[in-house]
Amino acid sequence: MSAPGSPGKSMRTPLARVRNLGASHSGTSDFWRQRVTAVAMVLLMVPAIVVVMMLLGRNQAGAAQILGSAPIAIVMLLFIIASAWHMKIGMQVVIEDYIHGEKLKLASIMANNFFCIAVALASIYAILKLSSGV
Amino acid sequence: MTARIERPLSPHLQTYRWTLTMALSIIHRATGVALYFGTLVLAWWLIAAATGPAAYANVQAFTSNFIGRLIVFGYTWALLHHMLSGIRHFVWDLGYGFKANEREALTWGAAIGGIALTVLLWIVAYAIGGGR
Repeated sequence: MSAPGSPGKSMRTPLARVRNLGASHSGTSDFWRQRVTAVAMVLLMVPAIVVVMMLLGRNQAGAAQILGSAPIAIVMLLFIIASAWHMKIGMQVVIEDYIHGEKLKLASIMANNFFCIAVALASIYAILKLSSGV
Repeated sequence: MTARIERPLSPHLQTYRWTLTMALSIIHRATGVALYFGTLVLAWWLIAAATGPAAYANVQAFTSNFIGRLIVFGYTWALLHHMLSGIRHFVWDLGYGFKANEREALTWGAAIGGIALTVLLWIVAYAIGGGR
């Protein structure tokens, strides 16, 4: 790759380089997924609130029984997946806005991915464990 | 690496006169970041429910002391505010609500709605759970 604007090598302007898939090299997929997951969570908000209300004041046995029932487990799984995905994209935007050093930025984005996947998988594991009754 | 071209930067927050939409934009991002870390409590609670009575009792001890309850209350508000504020962004995404009075109304609606819904939910929660 020649440096942008270096004479005699490339006539492309910096603007032309970021066109099409843009500076992130991923186009508008994050923008779109941020909205898909947001709509999903708006739809899931009422069922999720109902689930939390059902669990108030119950002990572990009661909570485990409710969380392990199929419709509630499915609502929780959908909510966890949508929120983990949504927050991964959101935090990446925040990192890209405020962290300017390239290495620290990449490390932060990687840590963000690890955090979101770990939180999601831990929650999913718990729900599946409750559903299978082991 | 190529040498950075020194372009003028846009002025930061302190330069601008504060507006409602600007404040809510910052709060939207701040609540998003808070919710991000709040998922740790959610994951902890689910894992505890899947682990056993002792682990679950730890979560309940946390959510019934003052600090823990304040965190869960704050999480409720952050979640509901972020949702309503996000719905406001959907309206804008669809190309509506850009007139001055419309965007102010949407923004006040999200701000007041978030607080009102949070208080309402907690009243219902106390009625159902008896303060537990």
